[in-house]
Amino acid sequence: MIRHRGSQIYASILVNSLYAMVNYPIMLINTLLAPLSILAVVTFASHGTLLPVAAEGALIMNMVTSGTAMQGDLSHLKNDMRLQDMVVSSPTGPGSYVVGMALSQIVYSVPTISLLIIFNILFVHLSVVGAFVLFLDMAAIFTFAVSLGFFLSTISTDIIQTWAFSGILAPILTTIPPVYYPISYIPLPYRYLAYISPTTYAAQIAQSQAGFTVLTLTQTFEYWIILIAITVVFGYIALKRSRWRDV
Amino acid sequence: MREITFSLNHNGIFSLIGENGAGKTTLVRILSTQLMPTSGSASIDGLDVVTQASQIRENIAAVPQEARAVPWMTPLQTITSYLMYRGYTHSDSRAIARDTLRKLGMERIEEQKNRNLSGGQKRKVLVATILSSEAELIFLDEPSTGLDYLSRKELWSMFTSMKKERSIVLTTHYLEEAEELADTIGMLFQGKLAAFGTMHDLRKLMKYPYSIKVSAPDFELNNIAGKVIHLPDGLTQIFTFETEVFDIVNSLIPKKINFTVQEVSLNTIFENIVYGGKNND
Repeated sequence: MIRHRGSQIYASILVNSLYAMVNYPIMLINTLLAPLSILAVVTFASHGTLLPVAAEGALIMNMVTSGTAMQGDLSHLKNDMRLQDMVVSSPTGPGSYVVGMALSQIVYSVPTISLLIIFNILFVHLSVVGAFVLFLDMAAIFTFAVSLGFFLSTISTDIIQTWAFSGILAPILTTIPPVYYPISYIPLPYRYLAYISPTTYAAQIAQSQAGFTVLTLTQTFEYWIILIAITVVFGYIALKRSRWRDV
Repeated sequence: MREITFSLNHNGIFSLIGENGAGKTTLVRILSTQLMPTSGSASIDGLDVVTQASQIRENIAAVPQEARAVPWMTPLQTITSYLMYRGYTHSDSRAIARDTLRKLGMERIEEQKNRNLSGGQKRKVLVATILSSEAELIFLDEPSTGLDYLSRKELWSMFTSMKKERSIVLTTHYLEEAEELADTIGMLFQGKLAAFGTMHDLRKLMKYPYSIKVSAPDFELNNIAGKVIHLPDGLTQIFTFETEVFDIVNSLIPKKINFTVQEVSLNTIFENIVYGGKNND
């Protein structure tokens, strides 16, 4: 028989987002709340001056949380439902499964992304080139987050461990680093710590496109190189070190 | 696991039995390419489970132990998505899923959420899921554990309908299930294959292949080869040779003592092999 790779990818989108969205619409509110709540807090605390920065940061955060949220979903389907084992013993390979699950996260957050894009159109005013760079930036950080999420899901043995990973990742990658605010707000001795997180580079690139921060050409180049390198490294780890088949 | 070597023919049910921790699930997970073996080799249709797993996966399907139908999905969605994982188009998957559910008399529950189904119905959904596929070799790891008798019987009829055109590897704790369904049985004990064959082959391993239960608490054999066990319920169980059965029965009929004659059950064989011949040596 002819097997359709597209169907295998679409199956994950159905299982992990479309069926869940249809059967549990409240999940849509859940995905909206996380980025919007921080956006609101930053906006109110800054008397509205940081709204544009935070609106752009919320897009970055949404991509990261979508990617890392995949960890929880994959772990649940693997450890609690044993669905992944059923898929392992089928013609679907890990690539199709992960791509499908990653796309399912995007589908899941379509309402959030749509709302944030409206915010960005209203408050950020990016050029066409700037919007394209932001898109590439979001794609890179999403690929990093998905790779990290997949790797962690394959080594986690139960949902409690998965929650622990998520609880650590969320603040380290999105809340603490200068994603919702300019990096200059961090006092200098601590500013260097922000560069541990790949989201700092993604946010800096995005903020420079909107004119919220100024990066030299060399800095822009360096940040892209670092972001891509981290993404490639984690992508490689996810592909090579993840346990599709248990050992 | 160690020292496990066997080969199976196409179609029919091969049942793996054994105590908890005997290695049933490990063996099934290795064969269904879910678990990497640390050593040794196994092949399916000449394809190695380690190096040619992707080719094997074209032709197999598995319901793992403790697998659960995703609670927020319906049976129709469960089967449809699984078939799509096997590479069917969405429209084909949905049509086949509907057809499978109809054939199994499950069309009434096809739009209900899995979480609202009974335990037996949930298992039936999982079995229907792989039944709907084109896979020729199916692995079912303890699919009937925890189900009531009627639910198990319903699953049995599904397995029986499957085995005509497919090969099924079935692990179970219910020995009567293996005896009822399996064409070939493998008995695992402490990671080793302690016995393998048809029920006929396994009975040959017993010293006494026949069992007679007599409704007389004090029945004794007189010059007849065999072994007598007085059961707590007042019955007497006699293990004996086929040639002796006729003589024993002839001695019981004039005395108007009720009795049943049967070949030794898998329970007896299992106890004998695993626990070292308590009842039949």
